[in-house]
Amino acid sequence: MEMPAPNASILARKHQIVARLREVLPEGSVISELSETRAYECDALTAYRCPPLCAVLPSSTEEVSAVLKICFEEGVPVVPRGSGTSLAGGALPTADSVILGVAKMNRVLETDYANRFIRVQTGRTNLSVSGAVAEEDFFYAPDPSSQLACAIAGNIAMNSGGAHCLKYGVTTNNLMGVTMVLMDGTVIELGGAHLDAPGLDLLGVICGSEGQLGVVTEATLRILRKPEGARPVLMGFAANEVAGECVSDIIKAGVLPVAIEFMDRPCIEACEAFAKAGYPMCEALLIVEVEGSEAEIAEQLEKIIEIAKRHNPVELREARDEDEAGRIWLGRKSAFGAMGQINDYMCLDGTIPVSSLPHVLRRIGEMSEEFGLKVANVFHAGDGNMHPLILFNANEEGQLELCERFGAEILKLCVEVGGCLTGEHGVGIEKRDLMHTQYAPADLEAQMAVKDVFDPHWLLNPAKVFPLDASEARRSAALAAE
Amino acid sequence: MRPETETDLAEMISASNGPLRIRGGGTRSIGDVAGAPLETGGLSGITLYEPGALTLVAGAGTPLAEVEAALDAENQRLAFEVPDMRGLLGAQGTSTLGGIVAANASGPRRIASGACRDFLLGVRFVDGAGSIVSNGGRVMKNVTGYDLVKLMAGSHGTLGVLTEVSFKVLPKPEAAATLVLHGLSDTEAVAAMSAALGAPYDVTGAAHDPAARQTLLRIEGFARSVAYRLERLKALFPGREITEETGAAAGAALWAGVRDAAPLQGRAGDVWRLSCTPSDAPELATRLCAEALLYDWGGGLVWALLPEGTDARTRLGAFKGHATRVRGTGSISGSVSGSASGRVPAFHPDPAPVAALSTALRRRFDPRGVLNPGLMA
Repeated sequence: MEMPAPNASILARKHQIVARLREVLPEGSVISELSETRAYECDALTAYRCPPLCAVLPSSTEEVSAVLKICFEEGVPVVPRGSGTSLAGGALPTADSVILGVAKMNRVLETDYANRFIRVQTGRTNLSVSGAVAEEDFFYAPDPSSQLACAIAGNIAMNSGGAHCLKYGVTTNNLMGVTMVLMDGTVIELGGAHLDAPGLDLLGVICGSEGQLGVVTEATLRILRKPEGARPVLMGFAANEVAGECVSDIIKAGVLPVAIEFMDRPCIEACEAFAKAGYPMCEALLIVEVEGSEAEIAEQLEKIIEIAKRHNPVELREARDEDEAGRIWLGRKSAFGAMGQINDYMCLDGTIPVSSLPHVLRRIGEMSEEFGLKVANVFHAGDGNMHPLILFNANEEGQLELCERFGAEILKLCVEVGGCLTGEHGVGIEKRDLMHTQYAPADLEAQMAVKDVFDPHWLLNPAKVFPLDASEARRSAALAAE
Repeated sequence: MRPETETDLAEMISASNGPLRIRGGGTRSIGDVAGAPLETGGLSGITLYEPGALTLVAGAGTPLAEVEAALDAENQRLAFEVPDMRGLLGAQGTSTLGGIVAANASGPRRIASGACRDFLLGVRFVDGAGSIVSNGGRVMKNVTGYDLVKLMAGSHGTLGVLTEVSFKVLPKPEAAATLVLHGLSDTEAVAAMSAALGAPYDVTGAAHDPAARQTLLRIEGFARSVAYRLERLKALFPGREITEETGAAAGAALWAGVRDAAPLQGRAGDVWRLSCTPSDAPELATRLCAEALLYDWGGGLVWALLPEGTDARTRLGAFKGHATRVRGTGSISGSVSGSASGRVPAFHPDPAPVAALSTALRRRFDPRGVLNPGLMA
């Protein structure tokens, strides 16, 4: 992935810029030595690396505002960073950029059970938000698989999802308000404990804007009471198509499971070898989880199993207790780890209409032969969010590029069948240059117009989301204006 | 003007040299807009409906009734419970999908399932310069680029004229039941609703009618599960006078009344809609001295009937949330939120830095200021 050449004038002024940042931040909050900035050279898309000009770790909204004001005045690009778990390169710096990390800002500011919200600083990790309300049996619903590490700031930037969004929605459906700092240092408040916007729904467009419109420092999040219980059932099928039909039938029947996860044979085999969860060896596996009281769980599982039986499952395994439930989830939850054990892999994130599932899986299989690279599929089937994992060898010359070309073809296929490039990981740099496949120039123009309004000089995370050729004029105009 | 295609619409907007008043079915008009009427009724029809994928795509001018009939046939529905504002506004006509989206119109189930904007998967629209723009799509998870879908929901035609919308739909539940708590004060009612919404029983409606002193709590799902949860919910309120409504038709009528603010219908005066922190609602209601009130969303939404020409914002003073004048002309003297002309805007003014962003966005999407000019600002 190409990144714009760093601005030589900024590199030359590094000393002055760092000195100004040190004036407004406490000691130890500005990192400028190369040996230390290396820690910020990439996110979870590790194939691309570049140490930033410097990294700053503010502790408050006021400090974030002071930092942005200086960067605005100096014309320095800023790359906001949560925990650096982006799979799309959302937090990848350029050599002339300041990394603004919110990791120090991890406090809970307010918990209100009567009104069902929690207000946190956005450096707080996803799982620890749920942790903060667990003693009252509440939780925060979006649960990306990196939830132990990923920060709310990044969740908001990417509009993160998770395994349970079929019932609970993604970040945007659970985000009630933000405190956000604009690039010029202006602090704004949007939303709060109430449910809708007074005027334009700016909160809605900020969520998922990949750190390009402002830096969100505080967030009001909807919390929910935990269900009385939850239990999965595991089902094996002789063909992907059959599993796909079963998913569709479950949804149509009016059962709304909290999760429907799908794994294909290559994925089952890898997970089994790694986690030894006792999965059946078959073409396709579904894990369907339902929630409620014991009786409600039993009733829903009964309906789901009845539907599954119409599709001649090769295996039907209902969890009888916590331990068995844990074993059913074990393989799925270790899927990425299992893949990492056997190979380097690239994780894709396209979404497709559920009805296209069999066609898309068949085409991926064919392309896998053509490219000579293996693919394992694991994904959230209820909402069509696929995660094909392409296996490759990073040490072999040309394999990364081959893998990227294959990945691009899969994503184009997702768009072709009526889906999209990314369901929950974000565009970042990874899918940036594919945006033309999904959007016409006028569509991209409308999105870039929003960035023009929030960040007229295109300083916030500028080389992401939009194809470089599409954003070129804006980025160079901003440079010339300096 | 009544375009039959998206291209026609784009040409009409490009060619227009004066303000346009965008009109769907005209059933949920708000505020005052002057301009040549531009009707979207010609952009009608369901273009895709996949029950197994829970998705529906239709022209923005498609009547709600047509969509509901198609969904009914598959035992599905729009889960955000579209309010019917005709009774309250004294309007005629047929509600359209575009109008619903433009108003982000969302009923009692908003607290549990989400608002219109949460079920909106994609939009196509023509902006004020005549450009055709597509955003989002027809799949449930989509973070590809900025979410203009949310921005368009509730933008009341000021950023663009919607031509096509796609929705996530949901299966209808097998059963529904409502618990009615009698005799609670407003404060007790909001506390009861908070307790119910904070319990693990998936309450999908929580409303309070102060005049009838009735607090309604709705549960939906499979019949056995509804019966179980109804009992558990009842157990949260020992010593209260409680009745149950388990009949399908009677229950639907009860919630349609909440959805459409029935207690305020057919009465003279201005109607205001407050969005606030639920537990603040009773105190805010006291400040309003309203002639009639209705609490929905567990207290987070308050409908208030005030004498004609009253500025609710003056009565409320500072509070967390906002107040919208849903019915009334806004000709008021001596108000805090009025402009120099002495008129009170229908929409709650945003704080200055936020208003600056909204204004700038409108200017970018509608550079000539032809789409419902002045409606939201």
